[in-house]
Amino acid sequence: MLHRMINVVNHRGPDAVGFHLEGPVALGHARLSIIDLAGGAQPMTNEDRSLWITFNGEIFNYVELRNELINKGHRFRTQSDTEVILHLYEEKGDACVQDLNGQWAFAIWDPRRERLFLSRDRLGIRPLFYAKTKSGFAFASEMKSLLAIPSLSRMIDPHALDQIFTCWVTIPPTTVFSGISELPPGHCLTLQEGKMEVTPYWALEYDTDATVKSEDEAREKLLALLLDATRLRLRSDVPVGAYLSGGLDSTVVAALIKKLGVTHVKTFSVAFDDKEYDESAFQEEARQFLGTDHQAVLCRPTDIGEVFPDVIWHTETPVIRTAPAPLFLLSKLVREQGYKVVLTGEGSDEILGGYDIFKEAKIRRFWATNPQSKFRPLLLRRLYPYMKNLQSQPEAYLRAFFHVCKEDLDNPFFSHLPRWEMTSKLKLFFSREVKEQIGNSETIQQLEKRLPRGYAQWDPFAQSQYLETALLLPGYILSSQGDRVAMAHSVEGRFPFLDYRVVEFAARLPARFKMKALNEKHLLKQAAASLIPETIRKRHKQPYRAPDCQSFLRGDGSRSLVEYAEELLSPRAITQAGVFDAERVEKLVDKVRAGQAIGVKDNMAFVGILSTQLVVDRFIKHFPKEHTL
Amino acid sequence: MTSIEAQVRQYVTDRLLFGRSDVVVEGDTSFLESGLIDSTGVLELVAFLEEAFKIKVEDEDLIPANLDSINALTQFILAKSQALANSRA
Repeated sequence: MLHRMINVVNHRGPDAVGFHLEGPVALGHARLSIIDLAGGAQPMTNEDRSLWITFNGEIFNYVELRNELINKGHRFRTQSDTEVILHLYEEKGDACVQDLNGQWAFAIWDPRRERLFLSRDRLGIRPLFYAKTKSGFAFASEMKSLLAIPSLSRMIDPHALDQIFTCWVTIPPTTVFSGISELPPGHCLTLQEGKMEVTPYWALEYDTDATVKSEDEAREKLLALLLDATRLRLRSDVPVGAYLSGGLDSTVVAALIKKLGVTHVKTFSVAFDDKEYDESAFQEEARQFLGTDHQAVLCRPTDIGEVFPDVIWHTETPVIRTAPAPLFLLSKLVREQGYKVVLTGEGSDEILGGYDIFKEAKIRRFWATNPQSKFRPLLLRRLYPYMKNLQSQPEAYLRAFFHVCKEDLDNPFFSHLPRWEMTSKLKLFFSREVKEQIGNSETIQQLEKRLPRGYAQWDPFAQSQYLETALLLPGYILSSQGDRVAMAHSVEGRFPFLDYRVVEFAARLPARFKMKALNEKHLLKQAAASLIPETIRKRHKQPYRAPDCQSFLRGDGSRSLVEYAEELLSPRAITQAGVFDAERVEKLVDKVRAGQAIGVKDNMAFVGILSTQLVVDRFIKHFPKEHTL
Repeated sequence: MTSIEAQVRQYVTDRLLFGRSDVVVEGDTSFLESGLIDSTGVLELVAFLEEAFKIKVEDEDLIPANLDSINALTQFILAKSQALANSRA
C-alpha cells in the first residue's frame, strides 16, 4: 500500500524513492533532489536511529542552523537540510519549528516514545493531509495518496463545496473529500497512544509596530529583508530559475537575484495570444532591463481546455478559475529546460497590499461615509481598468453593485462580502440533494468563529489582508496555482516575499505604507525604485488571469465544447455525479456554447462545475487501479 | 402576455435563472436587488436586446429604469422599436 501511495505522487519526487517500515509505522518518500544530491536520501534517521523523518520542502537557513548544532556537539553525516531538522528536533523537540525558515511538510517518528510529529510551514506553501483509516492513521503530501488506501471511502464533502462556492477555497481541516483533513498552515500534529492533537505554533498578527518611525526606515528595512530572503532561497545544488510575469513582484525578485551577483539568470513566463491577458510587452521590458535569459510558453485558450483535466488531477479540488492551467504549462517549460527550482513573486500582493479587493474595500468604505457623494462612486471605475465590461458599466449600475449598507461597515468580512456574495450565487446550480446535505450554509459563521483574537481591533486594511493571507493564499494561490501545478512537473517554487521575517515585518507596518491613497504596494514600489524599469514600477496592476469559458469551446466554430467537457456536463453525467442540477447546468452550457456567457458569474459557474465534475470523475468514479499506477 | 414580454421572460428564465423554478420573477422584480445579474451582466443583457430585437441601445439608455425588470425591459423595447419604426416611416 505504501508503494501505491508513493507511486501516485511520483511527480513530486521522481529522483528517488525510499521506505522505512518499523513496528506500527511505515514511512515513504519520493525525492526531488535539490540539496545534497548524494547524501539526502529519505526517510532519514539520526546517528542512533532513535528518530526517523520524511520531509518535503526546504529549510533555507539550514546552513546557519547546522553550524549552531555542530557547536552544540551534534554530529552530521550529510550536508542536507533534512538532517538539520532531525538534530534540531533532538535539541528542541516540537519547538524546533520556531527556528526554521522555509517551506515544509514533514513527519518525525520517535520509536522509543511511539510518537508521530507532523508539521507544516507557517503559510501553507507545502501541503500536508491526513486521514483516520480503519487500521489507523495516514498522512501524505497529496490527497490522492490517501485515496489510494482501499479502506478509505472516496466521497465528496458537500460542506466543502459550500465553502468553495463561497470563498473559493476549502477551510482546513475540511477538504473536498469526506474523511480527509488538511493540516492548517502554521500547525503541528502529534499522535501518541491513539491520541491526536493539532496545535498552532505561529499565527498572522497585524498589530502595528511603533518602532518603525518613518517610511524611509521601513523602505530600507523591507529591501534588506527581501534581499536576505532571496539570498537564502538561492541555496541549491541545482540551477535556480525565476518566473518573470511582467508585473512588479516577479520583476523585483529577478532584480534581487541580479543584485546578489548571479550573472546568468534564467527566467520563464506565460504569454497569451489573447491581448486581454497578455503581458509580453512588460516581460520583454523587464528582460531587457535585467538582462535575463528568458523563455515564454504561449498559451492559447485551446491549450487551457486541453490540459484542464490534468490540472484538476493535480489541484485535487474544484477551482472556479482556469488560471492554474497556464501555470501548469509554465512549469512544464521549466522542467523541459532542465530546471527544477524557480523563485517567484507570490505573497507580495497579500503582505504588501497589492490586491484590487483591498482597493475596492477602501473605496466602498470611503463612499459609505458619504453615501450621497456623486464623486466617490466614480472612483470605482479606477478599480478594474483591465476589465472592459466593467469599464462600460453605467454609473447607476456601479452604484448598485458596490453599494454599501451602513450595517455592512461593521461586518468583520466587509472587504470580502461582494466577492463571497457573488460567488455564493453559484450555489443555485447545486442539486437538491447537495442543498439538503448542506442545510443552512454556515461557511461565513464558521469563519467568524475562527477569526484570531485581536482581529476586531485591527484596522480594516489589516483585516482584509488577513482574510486573503489566511484563506486564499494557502487554499488557492500557493496550492492550485502554486505547489500543485509546479510539482505536477517536478518543479519547486520558492517565494522570497513569504519568508516569515518579511511577512511579520510587513504585517506590523501601518496601512498607509502599503496603499497610499489608491496606489497599491506603495512601499515596495519605493523600495524597488532603482532596481526595476520605471514602466513596470508605475504600470497599473493587472492581476494574473486566464480565459475561462472560451477555453472549452472547440476551435472549429461548431459551437460545441471539447469532448470531455461535453461528456462530463451532459445531463446524464451531471445526474450521475449528483452534485449539480442537470437542467440548470444544461442551460448554462447552452449559454456558453452560444458564446453568451460573458459575465464573471457565468464564467466562474462553468469552471466551478466542470472542475467539480472532473474531481468526481477522476478521484471517485475512475480512480486509477493499482496496476495502472 | 405580448410576444416581447414572452421573449424577455424566456431570456430571463433560460439565461439568468437557468431554469430555476424556486424564484418567482414578477414583472417588476428588480434584477439587481434579486441578484439575477452580476457586475458585468448588464452588458450581456444589452447584447441580447440588440440581437433579438434589432434595436440600438445607447449609453444614455443604460439605467436601471430601462433595464432592471421584465416590465421595464418590455416597455423599453417597445419604445425603442416604435421609435425605430417611426424613423423609417
